Amino acid sequence: MSERVEIRFEGLAATRQSGARVSWWLSWRPSVPLLLAAPLLLFMLAFYILPVLSMLMRSVNDPVWTLSHFASLTGDTVFLKVFANTLTTSLIVTVGALLLGYPVALSLVRAPRYAPVILALILLPFWTSVLVRSYAWMVLMGRHGLINEALLAGGMIEQPLRILNTPLATQVAMIHILLPYMVLPIANALRQIDPSLARAASGLGATPWATFRQITLPLSMPGVAAGVLLVFVLALGFYITPAMVGGTREITLSMLIAQQVDQLNWAYAATLSVVLLATALAIIAAFYRLPGVGSAFRTGI
Amino acid sequence: MIEARRGASVSLNDLERRYDRVAAVAGVSLDILSGEFLTLLGPSGSGKSTTLMMIAGFETPTAGDIAIDGNSVVGVPPYRRNIGMVFQNYALFPHLTAADNIGFPLKQRGVRKAEREKLVREALQLVQLPGHGERYPRQLSGGQQQRVALARAIVFKPRLLLMDEPLGALDKQLRENLQLEMRRLHADLGITFIYVTHDQEEALTMSDRIAVMNAGLVAQVGRPEDLYDRPGSRFVASFLGESNFLPAIVRGIEDDVVVAECEGAIIRALCPGRPAAGEKVMLTTRPERIRFADGAFTSTAPQNRLNVTVTEAVFAGERCRYMLQAADGTAMVLKEPSSAAIRRRAVGERTEIAWSVADTILV
Repeated sequence: MSERVEIRFEGLAATRQSGARVSWWLSWRPSVPLLLAAPLLLFMLAFYILPVLSMLMRSVNDPVWTLSHFASLTGDTVFLKVFANTLTTSLIVTVGALLLGYPVALSLVRAPRYAPVILALILLPFWTSVLVRSYAWMVLMGRHGLINEALLAGGMIEQPLRILNTPLATQVAMIHILLPYMVLPIANALRQIDPSLARAASGLGATPWATFRQITLPLSMPGVAAGVLLVFVLALGFYITPAMVGGTREITLSMLIAQQVDQLNWAYAATLSVVLLATALAIIAAFYRLPGVGSAFRTGI
Repeated sequence: MIEARRGASVSLNDLERRYDRVAAVAGVSLDILSGEFLTLLGPSGSGKSTTLMMIAGFETPTAGDIAIDGNSVVGVPPYRRNIGMVFQNYALFPHLTAADNIGFPLKQRGVRKAEREKLVREALQLVQLPGHGERYPRQLSGGQQQRVALARAIVFKPRLLLMDEPLGALDKQLRENLQLEMRRLHADLGITFIYVTHDQEEALTMSDRIAVMNAGLVAQVGRPEDLYDRPGSRFVASFLGESNFLPAIVRGIEDDVVVAECEGAIIRALCPGRPAAGEKVMLTTRPERIRFADGAFTSTAPQNRLNVTVTEAVFAGERCRYMLQAADGTAMVLKEPSSAAIRRRAVGERTEIAWSVADTILV
């Protein structure tokens, strides 16, 4: 084995010395993958990066070069309220998805017999359009929706409850839609924990709960961090679901942006978009600094 | 220092573990004495690890009983058994330092922090790793990880320590050092060790007694020298060390020595039972106990002799290894300590070999 490697190595060195043909090829090799990706890169440049940049530029050069749009945001009570509401909603959705998702991830890993069923239950809605799922929530939560009808028929309430178009409706629907982004990274982290560690802990006198607290939970933290990051950042920019099931009073940043675009208020919309993007990037940057998270992403969750 | 304590006694009674139809352990009965170093030795799939896992409580027996100090522990969860365990891959907690790993069992037992730190320091001293407490497992070498795992398994002063091929992943030199260290530790602690390995040399070096396992059953239990000198079955003779097997026919019995005919020669062998004349039997002897019987060979002990032809001669440094063939084709191996003063045999040479009756066993 080592002999063969050596021969190949010598052969390479020999051709390198003897002719320019091979060295040309070798020096170009690193850029070959880049060439393969070039069509897509050009496509993205033309149809994504340039339009987005030109949109974002409007926050500083509409109608002339200025930072006044950003300056005015600090005193803009509508913006501050919407921004606070967006962060709160994302936080609630993230915490909700974590509390509901962690046990599911654990069952996915601990009960391999039922894993395919659990995975299918998680992924089936994942493959369904967000629009369809949001409509489904409207059907469920509407004034004459399934929940109200059932409660009325059961005599639990006398007047239909207002469920749709409340913050709660937004949060429930968003947790439902974002749950897979929480479950899958956590399940992946749990699966990478050596099962003999739990055995060892048990043999050393740790009760099942102590084993979970001191071994399983800390070792799954990179997955938890990844799931929290994904869900929070996705929730920040969520539009369809809050727009369809949420209220008109507690709107989110993405809804405000859409409103401003509708009113052809491009500069304001662009300024809000920059704020949204910067918030997301800042959160991602902060998470990458957490121990174990960056590497968890690099190894591919 | 951790003071010596009385070890636990363990008794296995018709212990059985079945997976569907297959029996991994098919009825093991074994009494392990207090303070003993007992090794479960066997090839992979012989049920030795499953037996150990049942003692630890990670596997539930499908039949039979395990008693520690006379009390049945079947149904007691592992975390209430108070048994130390060293795993094959060490199973160190990667997010905890060596000191926190070793302190883990103490923490579960509610030992105060100050007391815990003192005991951890002592345990690190005991496994010769003082000052390594703040390192994480990934910062330690394989041998050091093994020592931390060992310290973690004994720091809470269990009376029984189980080890599942703990040296399997280490290189030969380190393994031999740690074997001696484990023997020393066993003597110092005075607790019962149950050790699982497939390495017969390791078993012979360390154990007070060895239980050789095969196909889910204990084939033979005994002190290392007894098992080596008096294997009770063909499996034990071939698994523990190297053996020659000679098919023979019983011709008679003199006192406790069987007289058998083999290759036209008369061979005498030790035998626990009393086989009938005419019965076909298998005789066994160790390659290093056979000598070339020509030239300057002299002996006072009663000898068996056989004419053979050398078919292969291999010089292996400290000894020479010869493949021999008897008249009817039975192959034999002879190992001779090498010396410049001893003539080396050539392939094709016809000669006579001899070995003691005491080294010939009927299996």
